[in-house]
Amino acid sequence: MTSIILVVATRLIFPLMLMFSLFLLLRGHDAPGGGFVGGLMAASAFALFALATSVTRARDALRRSTFRLIGIGLLFAFVSGLPGLFAGSPFLRALWTSTELPVIGKLSSVLLFDTGVLLVVVGVTLTIVFAMAEADEEEEE
Amino acid sequence: MLNAVLAAFVLAFAAPLVARHMPRQVGTIAALLPAGIFVWLLNQAEMALGPGVVERWPWSPLPGVALTFRLDGLSLLMALIISGVGALILFYAGAYMHGQAQAGRLYALLLAFMASMLGLVLADNLIALFVFWELTSITSFLLIGWHFQEERSRAAALQALIVTGGGGLALLAGFVLIGLVGGTWEIAELSAQAGTLQDSVVYLPILLLLWLGAASKSAQFPFHFWLPGAMVAPTPVSAYLHSATMVKAGVYLLARLSPALGGTSEWSLLFMVTGLVTLLLGGWLSLKQNDMKRMLAYSTVSSLGLLVTLLGLGTKLATEAAALYLLAHALFKGALFMVAGAIDHATGTRDLRRLRGLAGALPTSALAAGLAGLSMAGLPLLAGFAAKEFIYEAALFSGGGVWILTLLLLAGNVAFVVVAQQMTLRIFAGASLSFESFHAPAIPLWLAALVPGALGLALGLLPDVTATLAGAAARAIYGAPVTIHLFVLPGSVTPMLLLSALTIAAGILLYRRRVQLEPWLNWLDQGARLGPEGAFQRLVEGLPHFAARVTALQQNGRLRSYVLWIVGTWLLLLGLTWALRGGPGLPANLLVRLSDLRFHELILVLVILAGLASVMLANTLMTLIVSLGVVGIGTAIVFILFGAPDLAMTQFSIETLGVILFVLVLYRLPGVVRLSPRRTVLRDSILTGLAGAVITLMILIITDLPLVSPLKTWFAGASEPLGHGHNVVNVILVDFRAIDTLGEITVLGIAAIGIFALLKLRPGRKVAEGKDGP
Repeated sequence: MTSIILVVATRLIFPLMLMFSLFLLLRGHDAPGGGFVGGLMAASAFALFALATSVTRARDALRRSTFRLIGIGLLFAFVSGLPGLFAGSPFLRALWTSTELPVIGKLSSVLLFDTGVLLVVVGVTLTIVFAMAEADEEEEE
Repeated sequence: MLNAVLAAFVLAFAAPLVARHMPRQVGTIAALLPAGIFVWLLNQAEMALGPGVVERWPWSPLPGVALTFRLDGLSLLMALIISGVGALILFYAGAYMHGQAQAGRLYALLLAFMASMLGLVLADNLIALFVFWELTSITSFLLIGWHFQEERSRAAALQALIVTGGGGLALLAGFVLIGLVGGTWEIAELSAQAGTLQDSVVYLPILLLLWLGAASKSAQFPFHFWLPGAMVAPTPVSAYLHSATMVKAGVYLLARLSPALGGTSEWSLLFMVTGLVTLLLGGWLSLKQNDMKRMLAYSTVSSLGLLVTLLGLGTKLATEAAALYLLAHALFKGALFMVAGAIDHATGTRDLRRLRGLAGALPTSALAAGLAGLSMAGLPLLAGFAAKEFIYEAALFSGGGVWILTLLLLAGNVAFVVVAQQMTLRIFAGASLSFESFHAPAIPLWLAALVPGALGLALGLLPDVTATLAGAAARAIYGAPVTIHLFVLPGSVTPMLLLSALTIAAGILLYRRRVQLEPWLNWLDQGARLGPEGAFQRLVEGLPHFAARVTALQQNGRLRSYVLWIVGTWLLLLGLTWALRGGPGLPANLLVRLSDLRFHELILVLVILAGLASVMLANTLMTLIVSLGVVGIGTAIVFILFGAPDLAMTQFSIETLGVILFVLVLYRLPGVVRLSPRRTVLRDSILTGLAGAVITLMILIITDLPLVSPLKTWFAGASEPLGHGHNVVNVILVDFRAIDTLGEITVLGIAAIGIFALLKLRPGRKVAEGKDGP
């Protein structure tokens, strides 16, 4: 049931959606956006990819298992809390650097935390989407 | 004292290692520690019998929860029994367990138990005592379930743990009450406050909780049934935990707390009735057992009942009798258990009907059994004799209900005489039988039994030593100076001596006529089985049954029911609170506010309402999904209109993903089918309508209330300077409330795993070979 229109459109939209997801993540601290929406956006991109091609190819494009993404995301979020702890403050106290980088802006532990949220959301959503889609594909066989 | 307890725990962990490298000597090596503690205790005896030895280790910032140890007459007596019998048992176990798999684990558990038990009798703080108390329950559970491959062992272990653990919970509650009333958990300080405790309104609850704890631990009626069941454990365990030490913990606790709580009529009534019932039930049930160990177990139940009776009586003579009997019983019962184990080892059976004339084959075991049996029967020259004399004296001078008490004690004691004959004459006398697999027992198997047997004789022949030891213990129980006068042989004919003679004569008669007793005993056994044990069984089996029924009612696998329960529950709670507290009424300016609605907002509301109506009336899945989408997007637009772009964005993404998910499963869904009968639809509609009405009402009321919250302004103001961000929502999520978010994404991850399992690992389905496969 692959349609040529969907495949071509996906090829164009997929990278745009991922970039938009990154954009949402980076601007999230000052304007609407953030890791949660960014994660949903990225997950939609991969879900679309899976629809247009197949779950197997979407999994290959993702490069990591969805469970691993959840794990890495949680690790990021957790680790981002440690610097505060070592600086003598409570766990998860945000720390900021003063240097301003192009595009990314100021580096902070908060960005690491939000990236963790993004990864978890991508992982969780895709775990569900892929599992459902695979159940579907198995039935077809 | 802390060192002694800790050393035993440490050695417990080392024991499996020793067992692996020196399987032959491990028992003897492990026995060295309790032997050392025994010697150390003897060294401290002078101090302990005098002012007592106190150690205090504060370990918790909480006031009154220090680890306090006190060695006085009572704890000295108990600790000597624990370490002395412990050394013999480990020595014995070395031979008994030799060549068996995982023997190292047994030594480890026995040592860990010994450490806990020593801690229990040395602790002078209720909290510390409770911790050790629970540790003995746990080690006992592990030891009863030693043959964990067998269903029977597991069931017995679980039964013992549930009974003693449940009692432990009650005990904890009792301790907390005692601490609240007395203002301290130090037992020595509590003893000085007996008046405060006994006049308190919670005195009776404290007593009942204490009763639950002590009676379950010391196998008192109606909790007695777990002890015979515990006999599935290896014999060293039965001899040590379930006759000499652990089951005495309840008795010990009563003795320890009797200065603080005892001496009242409630105390006497509660514990004397419990004790006497247990004494008679255990004693008479022991007569019908054919398994040596079960017989001894019932007899132990009976002995514990006797001790509880004496402590309930609480007179000076009764406490003296209790101390004497405690000592004598530990010696003779430990010895008899070890003899039973040796016979089992040598002949391969513990069935009394199949054992006869063993004296020739096992002369040393026969000697040990003979000495222990004489002491148990209470014959002169042995430790048991003095104990029995004092028991009768205490009854005769109890000052009320003398005859009934004396008669009941006599009836209980007669059973001991019969058991003593079963364990000596019946097994060892007569013509010998031949056993196929007979092999002579190793030295420890009879030596370890002979030592306590001989000690029973030594204590009988050295009345001064016995009197000093027991007297000091009695002093700690009675709370006032006590001096016991003992003699080797009775000097004159007293009522007590006559009662002793009567006991023995009746015991001999009964032993010869035991066959005629059987029908009556069977009836008693049936009653006891159907009563407390049956109730326990019904409870244990009924509980999962009940839980299953509740689960089936609430979580029957239909999503609709789950929602029904959830919505129903919160409606009930909310409605009840509203009705009871009389919440605020409807805002008065409702109609005025409705007219504030702008035109495009009205259109939006109508669109959402139309979407909802379409959802409810939809006849095809496609309509349903599109309608749901209308509602979702409409809501998102509301978010935009009212200044929540983050929410709107998330809502849009969720809608998109929702559509994708539906597309994936669309043609696998059964289509719109209306299965519910009219009544169910009506019920659900009413409930849903009510829920919707209540939530609308709540929102109207809440928005009408003047909301004075500093949070909104604080977050808006603090976002930039503290959080370095202008998007307040995001700053709250990732900075101010970051730990909440961390928790939420963790839950998300767990939920994903759950959903994956539901989708992929359905029963009867082979696991998909995806990269995410488990």
